[in-house]
Amino acid sequence: MIRLAGITKSFGATRVLDRLDLHIPPRSFVGLLGPSGSGKTTILRLIAGLEQATDGGIEIGGRPADRLRPGERGVGFVFQSYALFKHMTVFENVAFGLRVRPRRACGGEAGIRAAVERLLALVRLEGLGPRLPAQLSGGQRQRVALARALAVEPRILLLDEPFGALDQQVREELRGHLRHLHDALGMTTVFVSHDQEEALALADRVVVLNRGRIAADAVPSELRLGGAGRIHATVPAPAA
Amino acid sequence: MPGERGIGEPGWARAALVLASVAVFAVMLAMPLAVVFAEALSKSWRYALDALSNPDALAAIRLTVLVALIVVPLNTAFGLAAAWCTVHFRFPGRALLVALIELPFAVSPVISGMVFVLLFGRQGWLGPLLAAHGIEIVFALPGIVLATIFVTLPFVARQLMPLMQAQGTDEEEAALTLGAGCWQVFRRVTLPKVRWALLTGMLLCNARAMGEFGAVSVVSGHIRGVTDTMPLHIQILYDDYDIAGAFAMSALLACLALATLALREALTWRARRAEERGAQAVLATAVAA
Repeated sequence: MIRLAGITKSFGATRVLDRLDLHIPPRSFVGLLGPSGSGKTTILRLIAGLEQATDGGIEIGGRPADRLRPGERGVGFVFQSYALFKHMTVFENVAFGLRVRPRRACGGEAGIRAAVERLLALVRLEGLGPRLPAQLSGGQRQRVALARALAVEPRILLLDEPFGALDQQVREELRGHLRHLHDALGMTTVFVSHDQEEALALADRVVVLNRGRIAADAVPSELRLGGAGRIHATVPAPAA
Repeated sequence: MPGERGIGEPGWARAALVLASVAVFAVMLAMPLAVVFAEALSKSWRYALDALSNPDALAAIRLTVLVALIVVPLNTAFGLAAAWCTVHFRFPGRALLVALIELPFAVSPVISGMVFVLLFGRQGWLGPLLAAHGIEIVFALPGIVLATIFVTLPFVARQLMPLMQAQGTDEEEAALTLGAGCWQVFRRVTLPKVRWALLTGMLLCNARAMGEFGAVSVVSGHIRGVTDTMPLHIQILYDDYDIAGAFAMSALLACLALATLALREALTWRARRAEERGAQAVLATAVAA
């Protein structure tokens, strides 16, 4: 479904990703784990088309995606900062991806309204449509960002530190919610985390990155049972 | 209570600060404005109206408004484009562009005017070429417009650049991933984010475009009824010892500036109200559904 082949990405003299190969099959739920600066977010941004690789190629759905614009890749992106449109209501935020489409594709105003109500129900934000993002809690904003990304019916959902700024209780609740959505909607989901416990709890497969390379790639049970020591060995603390 | 002493100055200090602010406001802002209007009406209403309605005065007013109508849209477009480019893209020469945008503020307006005379004047670098094609720039409308564009170039860009830099590009990127094209990102995301700063920049640009004296004075040639703008006309009247006439025109110029301010306030107020109504409409339909 997603294939990164020999991807190198440099920002000026800094090489963030170094000849990285990664294959993510359809419908899988993958966590990218690693210390800050290990290139996790860059991988998401490359898949989304927000960055261009310095070298190497990306395939999405079996087709080269390097020339596709972000909107043509069938991805939904949930930003770490949520990046909600502050001047728009929750309703308009979620409706955005439908409104920028060609007119006929979204069933007119009634179609948009129905779709947005359905999405708000999906993330359990019924009735909050008229609010502005500033009037919401952190957890609610996160769910608006999720609903907005889902509005374009993506085949791939990308989440950058989705629960980073939330307190423990909200975190656990949203985690379960995301897992449930992933299973129900049949998407491929890739999320970035620096929290080992979170990645292991949520993902079907965890890819550990270190300094722009893959340090480990396994299902959580292997990492937990056989390789608990290994994961510590390959993921040094950010300070190191 | 702890913490409250931290910002609490003694009462007399606060009173002194307030008094000082009011005094500065009165002397620097309110009194000059009052003087302008008082002097304008020092002879009579009729005299002030005559000073504004004779053909030369009317021509100066028309020219000033025309110049502002040309310059403000152009510099708004330029400011938006410059701010957008420098915030969203990294390209060779970007730092130079950012620095050069400030140049018109750093250079004396008289020099700005002279540059255009030296470039486009009859003895200037491009003078023979322009003369051969019968194009008049200096001592004509194009010269006045060019000089005004140059002098007011930074207003919109300078308002927008720090704001857009601080806001970052997250929202724009989110819009891109949702399938928006460049124009949609600009119109639906960037423009609403910066609209108040944009309005302020346009207002300042307009005020300066109507009031610019130095640069325009050099390129205009002071042809009465043809290339005299309002500020130039004021100086002519003043030099002719027509103090009441000069101040009548000054009062009108001040009124135009005040009207721009009022327009901005009204637009801001209406936009806020429309936003509130929009939010309520969505709420109402949500309740009905």
